Amino acid sequence: MKWVLFKRVLRAGVLDFSRNAFVSIASILVMTVTLFTVGMTIFAGVILGSALQELRDKADVNVYFTTQAPEDRILEMKASLEALPEVASVQYLSRDEALAQFRDRHKNDQLTLQALDELPDNPLGAVLNVKAKDISQYETIATFLQDQQTQDGASSVIDKINFYDEQHRAALERLQYITNSAQVLGRWIVGILILITLAISFNTLRLAIYTSRDEIQVMRLVGAGALYVRGPFIVEGILYGLVAGVITLLIFYPLTWWLGGPTGNFFGGVNVFSYYVSHFFSIFGIIIGTGVVLGAAASWLAVQRYLKI
Amino acid sequence: MIYYDRVSKIYADNSVALEDVSFSVEPGEFISLVGHSGAGKTTLVKMLLAEEKPTTGSVFFESINVHEMPTSKINTLRRKIGTVFQDFRLLPNKTAYENIAFAMEASGKPEAEIHSDVPHVLELVDLGDKMNNFPHELSGGEQQRVAIARAIVNQPDVIVADEPTGNLDPVNTFEIVQILKKINDLGTTIILTTHNKGVIDSLKKRVITMDRGKVIRDDKEGKYIL
Repeated sequence: MKWVLFKRVLRAGVLDFSRNAFVSIASILVMTVTLFTVGMTIFAGVILGSALQELRDKADVNVYFTTQAPEDRILEMKASLEALPEVASVQYLSRDEALAQFRDRHKNDQLTLQALDELPDNPLGAVLNVKAKDISQYETIATFLQDQQTQDGASSVIDKINFYDEQHRAALERLQYITNSAQVLGRWIVGILILITLAISFNTLRLAIYTSRDEIQVMRLVGAGALYVRGPFIVEGILYGLVAGVITLLIFYPLTWWLGGPTGNFFGGVNVFSYYVSHFFSIFGIIIGTGVVLGAAASWLAVQRYLKI
Repeated sequence: MIYYDRVSKIYADNSVALEDVSFSVEPGEFISLVGHSGAGKTTLVKMLLAEEKPTTGSVFFESINVHEMPTSKINTLRRKIGTVFQDFRLLPNKTAYENIAFAMEASGKPEAEIHSDVPHVLELVDLGDKMNNFPHELSGGEQQRVAIARAIVNQPDVIVADEPTGNLDPVNTFEIVQILKKINDLGTTIILTTHNKGVIDSLKKRVITMDRGKVIRDDKEGKYIL
């Protein structure tokens, strides 16, 4: 019996969907805009995340060692830094590498290079470049390093930690503020945008069902149960969501292909087309799932109002 | 079979639609409810279908108080009562066949029964050749005949026809009344509301006359007297 009911509801839903062509097209178009917005927020989130990550990657703390610091002592410190849960990576730059980098950076500045050549020995100490997992964790790392320095006392091999440079610290704090604000603002904008488009879609479906309110009354008066009346509308809503989802996914293919290059160049190396292709199944699930759930829920609620007879 | 027991209906603005109405309908009867617009005929019909609740009093169908029925049972009640409306109220996106089949599907009838009964009932109302037409492709009289076919397809105990000829020309009115008489002859109770004098006078059946929410006459073989 339930299978027969299911078949009848499905058939009625599909028939109504095809026969109410104008209403169906209008609903699908509005829902496509909603799902497109949902999809765009996914891509915007990825681009924003990547851009912020690139900004975060620019933050670091450098530990400058004295020229007399023995390498094994420095490597020992590198190992203890790497053991910290806050540390993402530690890069060791030997004295020679530091000198080579310095020369390279000043290759057009003959005066500085000449002055360097006048010196009897390499004046640069080794450097440990520390990257934290999160910008807020640099303070902990810097405190750890300072503790090390205090423990070693006069025998400390650390010359300077640039976290304590006023300028560097201010830049880090500013970067943290910017990335956090951008993230919060992004979430709000995305949330509001999705809410608005969901509301528009929801109301469009309600209007579509409003046009059928007399039919719903007739169905009730000829003895149709609530499920039998509601079922075909839910099937219709699901079909709107499915078709709109497929259209949205089809639109995204050429769109992300077209935007792939520019986004790769401008926003921290994320090519939205590659992202779309590599994450197709999850994006498919989100878009189609949103469409189907939205269609079914909006229909369910819209019909509910006219069933009270 | 049907019993209206001291039924009154007073709306929120204190307008009185029905006042202390009592009468009963026996199985197989053909009764006509007559009266001017606003006399309360449609309100009585709506109460039988549990579309409206009385302010006071009760409506019984087969000894069961219609308004004390759980919501889930109201569908079952409505399947026992075939309804025909003045404005036909067919489902616009369904063909004549599908409109009638809908009533059977709603009551859970098997496909085989639907396939055999729907064409048969369409033949009964002389629309066998229009089963695949949509309502907008049918004339008013044809639409009303589809509505009657839909009302009788589940072989209900009662047919309630609320001004079924209100939108029809005299020829179609005559045909619809003949169909209703035929259905009544087969044993189905008919409740007809109308203010068509010609129809009432030709029927020579029981007539309940209403005025301003009250029953003012109940004649066994009545005429339209107002």
